[in-house]
Amino acid sequence: MALLTGVIEQGLIYAIMALGMYITYKILDFPDMTVDGSFPLGASVSAILIAHGWNAYATLPVVFVCGLLAGTLTGLIHVKLRVRDILASIIMMTALYSVNLRIAGAANLPLYNYDNVFSNKVVNAIFGQHPFQTTILLLGFVIVVKVLLDLYLKTKSGYLLKAVGDNETIVTSMGIDKGKVKILGLAIANGLVAFSGSLYVQQQRFFDASIGTGTAVIGLASVIIGTSLFGKVSFVNFSVSVILGSILYKGCVALALSCGLRASDLRLVTALFFLIIIVISSRLNRDRGVRKKVEA
Amino acid sequence: MIRLEHIHKYYNPGTVNEMCLFEDFSLEIPKGQFISIVGSNGSGKTSLLNIICGSIPVESGAIYVNDREITNQKEYLRHRSIGRVYQDPSKGTCPSMTILENMALADNKGKPYGLGFNIHKDRIAAYKEMLAPLNLGLEDKLHVKVGSLSGGQRQAIALLMATMTPIDMLILDEHTAALDPKTAEIIMEFTNRVVREKQLTTMMVTHNLRYAVQYGDRLLMMHQGDAIIDAAGDAKKAITTEEIMKTFNEISVECGN
Repeated sequence: MALLTGVIEQGLIYAIMALGMYITYKILDFPDMTVDGSFPLGASVSAILIAHGWNAYATLPVVFVCGLLAGTLTGLIHVKLRVRDILASIIMMTALYSVNLRIAGAANLPLYNYDNVFSNKVVNAIFGQHPFQTTILLLGFVIVVKVLLDLYLKTKSGYLLKAVGDNETIVTSMGIDKGKVKILGLAIANGLVAFSGSLYVQQQRFFDASIGTGTAVIGLASVIIGTSLFGKVSFVNFSVSVILGSILYKGCVALALSCGLRASDLRLVTALFFLIIIVISSRLNRDRGVRKKVEA
Repeated sequence: MIRLEHIHKYYNPGTVNEMCLFEDFSLEIPKGQFISIVGSNGSGKTSLLNIICGSIPVESGAIYVNDREITNQKEYLRHRSIGRVYQDPSKGTCPSMTILENMALADNKGKPYGLGFNIHKDRIAAYKEMLAPLNLGLEDKLHVKVGSLSGGQRQAIALLMATMTPIDMLILDEHTAALDPKTAEIIMEFTNRVVREKQLTTMMVTHNLRYAVQYGDRLLMMHQGDAIIDAAGDAKKAITTEEIMKTFNEISVECGN
């Protein structure tokens, strides 16, 4: 039971990050490694502010803005300095590692003695420290993010985002600077990733500078599992499928670890699962393509 | 009105491959004129369109639209008052979006793309009305993704999207070249109707000599960055495909082809 709630909690936290990566990877078609830095950025900013006595909820908008800035910088490096997309994001990721250490002041920072968004006087009084308290609150956060993102993608600005990944020329034809649209997309995506990092550190009650390693892989795996497994189900939209993908992915990793692997094997398992997912999903797509051609 | 003054354009400047395309090239297009442009490959037709649209820079010279200089204006800003249809049907539309979504996107051109909803239900009837005269049945396919449509259907939508909002100029870059002859005919007919109805200043590059002769008020034939035929009015009406073909062959002999 503890394993299951653990998986769901982790899955929900990483789902917000994966929704951010959906924007960069699926919508913008931008391989964004910045997330390996912006996830712990969110964590470090939240951790240090909470340790300085800030209200945990008040740190969330600050964290989101920090993520926006990180994404904007990656975008500026790519668009204005004309550095290739993946290189621009690796540069930001590397720089952010040191920035995060500066912000937190140390490689790790325990937060056991502080209130956080999942455990404080108000929510404890409402839920009476129910074992599912954190899960329910997390579900709330995920639903709010999902609804806002769905709404945003229906706006004119949201459609530009989809258009720039689909066909850059059309964005220019509409009289809009495609570079600015890309920067906007990267900013929103990394805002979400930082937000997810903040929730992670508050759930773990411990900041560690290395938590960002492998974030991009986890996010991509969630997006690919979600969209290839649930993408064709008509009543499930992209955001729900990404959230389900994230929970499923965390479940698979937890299952593998519970079969006798050590906690230090986590990254290896993460990487192997990602490889398997990519291979299977590309086979699936190819089969679908062949079948379509035969039918035609 | 569009004016190009003393345009100089070099490719690969400063290298051994330096090639001069335009040397002191000037052109004036009065408001509402429909120009068709023909010429062999590398004669400067597409470069001319790219220069006007800001897709490639010029070494010297000036470009004016309605007496406003746009020589150094960015490409995306120029497109606010230019509609452009490309040879490749996939360039003028977003394949993963539906016809409705594409048209709604184009409907907002020139205005800010903010946080208002893209699709306004009260505009749907107007979109259907625009699609109906095409006789391609697209008005009943508003919720179909554009990526699953044929090249001709896509090109028709691209043309509608390019001319939906008020523009100073329409640029057609071999927009029927990738289509089968029958569809090309439909698109060309439709183009002509839109241009005449909205009285658009239009530049159409085409390899189809018949279209160049049949449509438009003026015919340009480009060769090595110069207009070797420039016929407007009665001279344009009198011109025949045979004449153009003859000039074409003379050039080819000169160039040793």
